[in-house]
Amino acid sequence: MVVAMDDILGRPRKNRTAALVARLERVSKNYRKVRALREVSLDVHAGEIVAALGPNGAGKTTAVRLLLGLGTANTGRVSVFGGDPRNPANRLRTGAMLQVARVPETLRVKEHIDLFSSYYPKPLPLAQTLAAAGLESIQNRKFGDLSGGQKQRVLFALAICGDPDLLFLDEPTVGLDVEARRALWDEIRRLVARGKTILLTTHYLQEADALADRIVVIHQGSIIAEGTPDEIKARTAGRQIRCVTSLPIASVCAIPGVLEVRSDRDALLIGTTVAEPVLRELFLRDPQVGGIEVTSAGLEEAFLALTQDSNQRPEER
Amino acid sequence: MSAASKTFTQLPLTRSLGRTIAIYAKETRYEFLRLLRLPVYSLSTIMFPVMFYVLFGLLLNRGHEANGVSVAAYLMASYGTFGVMGASLFAFGVGVANERGLGWLQVKRASPMPPFAYFTAKTVVCMTFSLIIVLILLVLGTVFGGVHLGGGPGFRLLATLVLGAIAFCAMGLAIGYFAGPNSAPAVVNVLYLPLSFASGLWIPVEMLPHFMQRLAPFLPPYHLGRLALGAVGVASGSSILEHWEALAGFTLICLGIARLGFQLDEDKTYG
Repeated sequence: MVVAMDDILGRPRKNRTAALVARLERVSKNYRKVRALREVSLDVHAGEIVAALGPNGAGKTTAVRLLLGLGTANTGRVSVFGGDPRNPANRLRTGAMLQVARVPETLRVKEHIDLFSSYYPKPLPLAQTLAAAGLESIQNRKFGDLSGGQKQRVLFALAICGDPDLLFLDEPTVGLDVEARRALWDEIRRLVARGKTILLTTHYLQEADALADRIVVIHQGSIIAEGTPDEIKARTAGRQIRCVTSLPIASVCAIPGVLEVRSDRDALLIGTTVAEPVLRELFLRDPQVGGIEVTSAGLEEAFLALTQDSNQRPEER
Repeated sequence: MSAASKTFTQLPLTRSLGRTIAIYAKETRYEFLRLLRLPVYSLSTIMFPVMFYVLFGLLLNRGHEANGVSVAAYLMASYGTFGVMGASLFAFGVGVANERGLGWLQVKRASPMPPFAYFTAKTVVCMTFSLIIVLILLVLGTVFGGVHLGGGPGFRLLATLVLGAIAFCAMGLAIGYFAGPNSAPAVVNVLYLPLSFASGLWIPVEMLPHFMQRLAPFLPPYHLGRLALGAVGVASGSSILEHWEALAGFTLICLGIARLGFQLDEDKTYG
């Protein structure tokens, strides 16, 4: 079941005329033969939290790397705070949590934070950074002795310790258990409440839904959908109907609104965006239809629906 | 997409000199701690030259002479060079290969760290480990090997080797930008050990086969070795300036190679 998180969180709609903090303008990036980004345009405004949602290898990390000035776009323009992301003054206002395979393991948690805090003009006090990332009890442990989730929290601490205005969080909750993930979400919301701007990448629809004002769905280097969580869910939260019917598959496929049909033992699995019209038609065509179950499709199906959608559309750009 | 109604004015980078120095100092301090707590580095880079020196310089060749000075004095200079080279090659070669290949360097580059602080810290730490190694050799040679260099030459030996470490920091940097995290230690060893031998750091160049004697002047450790030997009183065929020039040229070539590696690295994807 997908619950409308907006009501629970009481998210206000962000003012779209707020200053533009980060921008990609028709940006393409190739790595050798791989086209990582194709003419991607993305705006992030002050005080906004934008989620780049997509499967692994979609180009999310590449977009973040370009906005951090860690690589150069082949075509298009990348700007942060209206200027070059490599500008040292912009870096003073930016924090980043990247996917790192290994961090120097012989330094202690608080030593790592102490060093990164020193890079910034007005860092948070050590105690505040430790508390925000939930690291108080392990501040004297060496990085190499931490669990995967604890390491992830240290990387989060390094991103926020300088109290930056703009934060890039690349897959921040990978490897976290449910409790730690919720804690990190709370912390991210607290940052936004303090006026920070955040671009986060994730491959969990649930995470993007729980946090973001706006979701940008990236697939194979292109943005295939963009909108508020509700708008995205309306497009992605497909339904699956399981039923036993004597109708042939071909005739079920012909029902308007049906995306795909698979046979599952004696039943049929029907994928659709909205279940009710399809059900109505099913009853009309086969009054004997039975064993009906309607479930909401998982993220996999949701992506499938979105990507099919984008494949059908001719190249717009 | 809605156009932005406000834009940001570009602020100049405001960081006082004092703060900048503080960052460099902190970066250096933590790089030193990082390596000190890594026994595979701190123990092996200090232990190997000291062990070899004790064995070949103080125990096995007692009272012998080489090139007009005692073996204890000769090997103090050559194993000092060997130690300095190892400390720099491993700290930079393996360190940079790891931090670059496994993503840590990206986090540092994305941060407001002054980029030069990263390299300066590593260089100063290599020079510090070099100083420790040479000091240990100097004390051991003086106390147990009957080497009496005196203040001037002793200081010259220390200064020469600590300064010479920079050339091998550059070489390590070049290795670090081309070798992968797993292959870097092997690459460093494959270069380090044969280079040391062929440069006359284990046995005097004059005792090597003739073709190797002809080859040695093309190897950078040979030049630092000659400079160190000069400090303990071994005469060299070339002038001090020529040896320093060779090391400086080698350093620049390595920095150029590292720069190339940096550019190639930028085009690699990390997912």
